[in-house]
Amino acid sequence: MNQGPEGKTALLENPWPDEPPVLTPGQSYGSMTDQIADAVLTRPIGLGWLAGLAIGMGLLGILMMAITYLFLVGVGIWGINIPIGWGFAIINFVWWIGIGHAGTLISAILLLLKQSWRNSINRFAEAMTLFAVACAGMFPLLHMGRPWLGYWMFPYPNSMGVWPQFRSPLVWDVFAVSTYATISAVFWYVGLVPDFATMREKASNRYTKSVYGLLAMGWRGSARHWKRYEALYILLAGIATPLVLSVHTVVSFDFAISIVPGWHTTIFPPYFVAGAIYSGFAMVLVLAIPIRHYYGLQNMITMRHLQNSAKIMLATGLIVGYGYFFEAFMAFYSGSTYERFMMENRWMGPYAVFYWSLIFFNLVVPQVLWLPKVRANTIWLFLISLVILVGMWLERFIIIITSLTRDFLPSSWGHYVATRWDYAVFFGTIGLFTAAMFIFIRIMPAISIFEMRTLLPEAEVKAK
Amino acid sequence: MSHQAMAPPIYGLIAEFDTSTELVDASRAAYAAGYRKMDAYSPFPIEEASEAIGFHKSRVPLVVLLGGLLGGLSGFGLQYWINVIAYPLNVGGKPYDSWPAFIVPSFEMTILFAGLSGVFGMFALNGLPMPYHPLFHVEQFSRVTRDKFFLCVEAADPKFDLVDTQRFMESLKPVSIAEVPH
Repeated sequence: MNQGPEGKTALLENPWPDEPPVLTPGQSYGSMTDQIADAVLTRPIGLGWLAGLAIGMGLLGILMMAITYLFLVGVGIWGINIPIGWGFAIINFVWWIGIGHAGTLISAILLLLKQSWRNSINRFAEAMTLFAVACAGMFPLLHMGRPWLGYWMFPYPNSMGVWPQFRSPLVWDVFAVSTYATISAVFWYVGLVPDFATMREKASNRYTKSVYGLLAMGWRGSARHWKRYEALYILLAGIATPLVLSVHTVVSFDFAISIVPGWHTTIFPPYFVAGAIYSGFAMVLVLAIPIRHYYGLQNMITMRHLQNSAKIMLATGLIVGYGYFFEAFMAFYSGSTYERFMMENRWMGPYAVFYWSLIFFNLVVPQVLWLPKVRANTIWLFLISLVILVGMWLERFIIIITSLTRDFLPSSWGHYVATRWDYAVFFGTIGLFTAAMFIFIRIMPAISIFEMRTLLPEAEVKAK
Repeated sequence: MSHQAMAPPIYGLIAEFDTSTELVDASRAAYAAGYRKMDAYSPFPIEEASEAIGFHKSRVPLVVLLGGLLGGLSGFGLQYWINVIAYPLNVGGKPYDSWPAFIVPSFEMTILFAGLSGVFGMFALNGLPMPYHPLFHVEQFSRVTRDKFFLCVEAADPKFDLVDTQRFMESLKPVSIAEVPH
C-alpha cells in the first residue's frame, strides 16, 4: 500500500473504492485543529466522561486498598505459594506489557513503513502504551514483597557490596522495561510538543495557556526546528522498533531460559511478540471505537483505521495460532515425557477449561474477521477485541500456571487458585489504566494535530 | 552628523502566506536574493522549506549515534567490570566474562542513551525551551500553529534594509507583512 509523498493525495482519492478513506474530504488545517483541540478546550465535561472516570477511579480505589493491605501483610494475601511463586503478578505483567506494544508498533513501525493512516491513532495508542507499561511495571514491584527496595534491581554502588546477577533474564527485564517506559514517554512527549503549541495559542484561559505554554517550550514551527525534529522523530521510530521487539523477547526469555516444561522453547520470542501486538491492537480498537463515537471523530478515525487494525489482528492472531500449534507439536516431537505430559495436562488437566477457552477466544472467534461485513461493523469489532483481550490473558495464565503447578516430580506438584486480593490488584490496574486514559483525553489532544495536517492534499508543496 | 531620529531596533520583517507552496517559493526567492539570516515557519514539517532557506543538514543523527555508542559501551563495560573485576560470581560454572548474557542490557542501554541524547540534543540544538521570542509579539503569528505560513527575514542579516527588504517582501505577494519588534 503505497502512501509515500506522491501518494498523499491518493489518501483522499482512495484507490480502493470499496474501502473507506483515511480522511474524509472537506477538511482544512483550521477545521481539524479546532475539532481536535476543542474536544479538550471548550467541550463541556459530559456525563459519559464522568461516569467513565468514576468507574476508573473506583477501581483505582480498590487498587489502593489492595496495595495498602499488601504492604501491611505481605504477598501471602495472594494465591501464590511454592511451587507457584509466580501467579497473577507475572500473568498481568506480561498481559499489560503486551498491550502496550501496539502503541509503539503504530507510532514507530508504521511510521517507518510510511503508513500515514496511523496519524490519527498514534497519539492515543502511545498514551495507551505508557499507561499499560505503568500498570505492567507495578506487578514485579508489588511481587517483590518489599517494593520500597525496588531500586536494588539497578546496578549502583552500595554498602552491601553486591551487584545484580547479569546472567539472569530477570535483570535483563529491568533494563528492557525501564528503557521501554522511558523511550515511550519521550517519544510521546516529543510528538506532543507542536500540538502543545497549538493548544497554547488556542487556550483562552490564562492558566491553561501558561500550562500548555510551558509544555510547548516555546515551539514556534521554525523550519530549522522542524528539520531537526523530523530527523529525531524518524530516528526515535527507528530505535523504538527493535526496542519493542526486544522487550517482549526479553519477557519471553524470563520463561524460555528456564528448563520448566512448556517454557523451554525457541518459539517463545516471536510468539510472544506476535501475541503482544495481537492483544495491543485489540486494546486499540476497544479504545478507538468509543472515543471516535463519543467525540464524533469518524472523519479522522475512519472505518479504514478500524479495518486495518482488524486485519493486523487477524494476521498476528494466525501467528499466535502457529505458536500454539508448534508448542503442541514440539511437545510430542521432542520425545520428552515431561513436555508431553505438559501438553496433555493443558488439554485434560485441571485448567483444561481455560486452555480450550483461550483456543476458542484467540483462534476460533477472530476468524470471523475474514468477513468484510464483520470488519465494517464497529460493535462486532469491539466485542471481538474484548474476546481477544480475555483470550490473551488466559494464554498467559495457561503458560504460567499449568507449567508451574505440574512440572517434574508429582510430589512437588501444586494447585493455584487466585485470591480476592489477586483480583483486586488486577482489576485495580484496569482502573488505573481507565482513569489515566479518561484524564488523558480530557487534557491533551488525543489525535496528533500537526500530523493530521500533513495528510491534507494542500500540505504538499507543488513544484512550479 | 545626521539628526534623523533612529528607528527602534527590530528583530526583522515577517511575511504571512496561505499555503505551503507559497512559503517555499518565497523562501527560495529570498535565498536567491541573498538573504541568509531568515527562517520559515509552518504548522507542520515541510521538508522543502528547510532546504529553501539553506538549512540542509541537522546534527541530530550524529548526536543519536554518539549517544548510542556511549550507551552501548558503558552498558557492556559496566557489566564486564561488575562480573569480572568488582564482583566475580560463579553462576552455574559459566565464565565470568559470559558476554552473550550481557548483550541484552548493552542493547537496552544503547537504545536508552541514543533516544535520550537525541531528545535532549534536538531541544538543545533548537534552543528550546525558549518561552520568549520576538515573533510572539506579532499578532497574526499565533496562527503558525494552526493554518498560516510565515517567512521572517531577520534584521541581523547583512543585506537587511527596512525599506528594501520590505519592498522585496511585497514582491512575494504575501497576505500581510509586519515588523517584528524585539
